[in-house]
Amino acid sequence: MAEPLSLDKVQRVANLARLKLSTDELQAMTTQLGRILDYVDRLSELDTEDVAPMAHAVEVSNVFREDVVVDSLPRPEALKNAPKTDGRFFLVPQVIEH
Amino acid sequence: MDYTVIIGLEVHVQLLTKTKLYCGCANLFNPDNPNVQTCPVCLGLPGSLPVLNKRAVELAVRTGLALNLDISQYTKWDRKQYYYPDLPKNYQISQYDLPITHDGWLEIEVNADTGERKRVGIIRAHLEEDAGKNMHDERGRGDSQVDLNRAGTPLLEIVSKTDIRSAAEARKYLEELKLLLLYLGVSDCNMQEGSLRCDANVNLHVHTNDGHNIPTPITEIKNVNSFRNVELAITSEVERQFEEYKRTGKKLGDPGATKETRGFNAATGKTFAQRGKEEAHDYRYFPEPDLCPVTFTEEQIQAVRESLIEFPADRRTRMQAAYQISPYDAAVIVDQQTEFADFYETVAKGCGDGKQAANWMTQDVLREMNDRKLTIGTFPIRPEVLCAILKKINQGDITIKAGRDVFMALLEDASMGTDVIIDPERVDRIIAEKGLAIVKDTGAIEAAIAAAIAKNEKAVADFKSGKQAAVGKLIGEVMKQCKGADPQTVRTMLLETLAKA
Repeated sequence: MAEPLSLDKVQRVANLARLKLSTDELQAMTTQLGRILDYVDRLSELDTEDVAPMAHAVEVSNVFREDVVVDSLPRPEALKNAPKTDGRFFLVPQVIEH
Repeated sequence: MDYTVIIGLEVHVQLLTKTKLYCGCANLFNPDNPNVQTCPVCLGLPGSLPVLNKRAVELAVRTGLALNLDISQYTKWDRKQYYYPDLPKNYQISQYDLPITHDGWLEIEVNADTGERKRVGIIRAHLEEDAGKNMHDERGRGDSQVDLNRAGTPLLEIVSKTDIRSAAEARKYLEELKLLLLYLGVSDCNMQEGSLRCDANVNLHVHTNDGHNIPTPITEIKNVNSFRNVELAITSEVERQFEEYKRTGKKLGDPGATKETRGFNAATGKTFAQRGKEEAHDYRYFPEPDLCPVTFTEEQIQAVRESLIEFPADRRTRMQAAYQISPYDAAVIVDQQTEFADFYETVAKGCGDGKQAANWMTQDVLREMNDRKLTIGTFPIRPEVLCAILKKINQGDITIKAGRDVFMALLEDASMGTDVIIDPERVDRIIAEKGLAIVKDTGAIEAAIAAAIAKNEKAVADFKSGKQAAVGKLIGEVMKQCKGADPQTVRTMLLETLAKA
C-alpha cells in the first residue's frame, strides 16, 4: 500500500492546477482522491516483471499530416471566446516575465 | 586557487516548415498581423485534435543525422503542464523520455592557429511546439497583449552536454551549429525573429589550494539575443560566480543554492538575477494521448542519410586538400554557404588554380558583393566569366591589375543596367578596348624604348649622373606607347638598354 495522501499534497496539486479550495473542499478532495489512488494502486498487485512498459494506449503509429497550409480562423473568430481583447490581441492581466 | 568553466547550451531552433507542428496554420513570422494564423488546435479549443506534421519530423531526423545523433526507432510525445498566457492549452506538447534523436556530437575548432578541434557532446534534440508571444506594457501597467501566431510552430530543442569550457567555445559551438542548420536548410536561424534562441547553463569547478574541486551553483542565462552577447554574458557570469564563491563559499547543493535564472543586460555587459518562479518546476509530464508514436526503420533512416548534402566541416577539409588552399580560406568560403562554395569550386576547377580562385572569391567577389548589396546568386559575373579572367592572368595574357580592371568594368556594365551580356567574350572585348593585353612582342617594346630615350635626353642624362628616379619618366613614356606591357619587363629592358648606351 502506498502512503496515504496528505492534505499538503492535495493543496500543492490544487495550486499547480490553479484551483482554490476551501478547507472543507480540501478535506473532501483528499478523501476522494485518496480512494481513487488506492483503487489504482491495486494494479501494483500484478506481476509485471516481464511486461514491456506501454507508452501509448492506441496501437497505431506514424499518423502524419502533409505540410500543406489550410485556412486559419479569421481574427474575429479566433478572439471571439476571449474574456478580453482589443480587437487584435488577446488581453490578459499583466504578467511578469521570468 | 583557479577554476574550470563548465557550460552547457540549450538551443531552440524554429524549423522551416510551411505549417505548424500539429495543425495546418501557416508557420510565418508575422508580428504586424497578430492572431491571424490560428485555429481550434493551436488555440487549444476543446474537442480539437493535433496531427503531426510529416515535414517537421523529416527535418528533425535530417538535423539529427548531421549532429551524429542516434535516431530513435520509437519516439513519442508528452504533455508538459504549466500555466502561462502564451500557452493556450495550458500544456506544451513536447518530448520527455523518448526524444526523436539522442547522443551525438558537433565538432568545433578551439584554436584557430593550430586548427585544434574538439567534439561537444549533444544529449538530445527533440521536437516540440513553440508558445505564442506576450507583449507587456512598458510601464508595467495595463493588460498584456497575447499574439498566438507563433503558438504551435515547430521547434527543435538541441541540448548539449556540459562539454564547453569557455565563453569563446560557446560562441564557436553556436556559430558552427548555425552554419550546419543553414546548410541543411532546416531553419533560417534568424535571431532577430527568434528563429534561433539560446540558453546557457554555466557554473565553475573551483580548484581549491588543498586540492578539492568545488562546484558553484548553476546559473541559467536565458534569452540572449546574439552570439556575441552569449559570449559576453558567459564571460561576465564566470567572473561573477568566482567572486561570489570567494565571498560566500557557497557551493552547488547548499540550501538555497540550486539553479538560478539570470538575464543579460547588453548595456552594462552584466547578468542580473531574474525573479524566481514562485514554485519549483513541476511539469507533471505524461504521454500525450492525442498523438500517436512514430517509428523508424533502419532503411528509412538510411534513405535520409543518403539524401544529406556534404556538411560544412567535411567540405572545408575536402576543399583544402583538393584545391591546395589554406584552412582560413576554406573556412571563409564555406562560411558563406553552399551557393558561394559551389561558385568557388566551379571557378577553381575551371581555371585550374584553386589558390588564385580563393583569393578572388574571398577578396574581390566578397567585397563587391557586400558593397553592392548582392548575393552570390545575383552576382553579375558568373563563374565561367570569372574563370575566363583568371585564365588570362594565369596564361600571362594580362596582369593581375588588368584582371581587376576587367572585373570592375564588368560590374560597371551590370550596374549601368544596359543589355550588355557579361560573358567570356565581353572579357576579351574589354581587354582589347582598354589595351590591357600584355605586349609580348619585345620588338614593339624595344622600339618604344629607343623612341623614349631619343626624346628625353635630359632624363637619360639625369639617370646616368645617378638620379635613379629619372628612370620613372622613361618607363612612363614606354608604357604610354605599349599599354599592355608588363611594367616590370619594361623596367628591366629599359635598364639593360641604358646600361649599354
